[in-house]
Amino acid sequence: MITLAHLLTLSAVLFAISVAGIFLNRKNVLLLLMCIELLLLAANFNFVAFARYLGQIDGQLFVFFVLTVAAAESAIGLAILVVLFRERRTIDVEDLNTLKG
Amino acid sequence: MLPLILFYVFATILVGAAIGVIVSRNPVYSALLLVLCFVTSAAIWLLLQAEFLALVLVLVYVGAVMVLFLFVVMMLDIDLEALRAGFTRYAWLGALIAGVVVLEIVGVVLSKRLGIEVMRSASPPLPADYSNTTELGAVLYTRYVYPFEIAAMLLLVAIIAAIALTLRHRQGLKVQNIASQVAVRASDRVRLVKMEPEQRK
Repeated sequence: MITLAHLLTLSAVLFAISVAGIFLNRKNVLLLLMCIELLLLAANFNFVAFARYLGQIDGQLFVFFVLTVAAAESAIGLAILVVLFRERRTIDVEDLNTLKG
Repeated sequence: MLPLILFYVFATILVGAAIGVIVSRNPVYSALLLVLCFVTSAAIWLLLQAEFLALVLVLVYVGAVMVLFLFVVMMLDIDLEALRAGFTRYAWLGALIAGVVVLEIVGVVLSKRLGIEVMRSASPPLPADYSNTTELGAVLYTRYVYPFEIAAMLLLVAIIAAIALTLRHRQGLKVQNIASQVAVRASDRVRLVKMEPEQRK
């Protein structure tokens, strides 16, 4: 029998891996975006698990909206990334210091 | 018993693929492992009776978002070695924070006084003719209709923003100006000149 504890632990592990990924790949914007997708997936796991164990469907609807926002975010993020690469020929976060005072 | 075994198999694949995403040397491998993550998550969501969301995850994420990621990865000519310089410099900090996150959640889950053991068992299995999609739709288009419309508007804004950001006008290209071609009149092109006939001697 899968219990809520199994799912919460799995989602915590997934969340922790993606947070560690943000620290590891802090230079590469592309991998930062992928880590954010993974992070949102971990959050969605909690919504689905609680929707199942509370017997309410509202949790699944929240996943629906999170998916929408995540898709919009990655589309705009990748568009900014492409424009950035066209201008600077690099996607290194440390080179993005034009706005630095 | 079988769902638990399946859960452990999928969870192992999921965690392994997630670790692969963050440590992989090549962004293409990262993107492909992220696809594996999403497909495995969809399988676990099927175990949790969230069928519609599992299908949406595969269709929207694997079918659209990850393909977009792969396009961008392959389109950009990135110097990978420069980006990987100092890869492990803050690894200890990342591992520390990751460990704290896991410890906190596991502490809450295992704690006896926070009431999570009330939800120890899932709600009883649903009848065979239960449709997850119908249930979701019945709630989505009634109680959540305003959030739904806001989400639609958000996607529209995202489309326009993504197109407007990446659209570019290159200098020196030969292009047709359709409007001026259509608006042209015969008098702009051909000029009739009246002249005296020549006299033959």
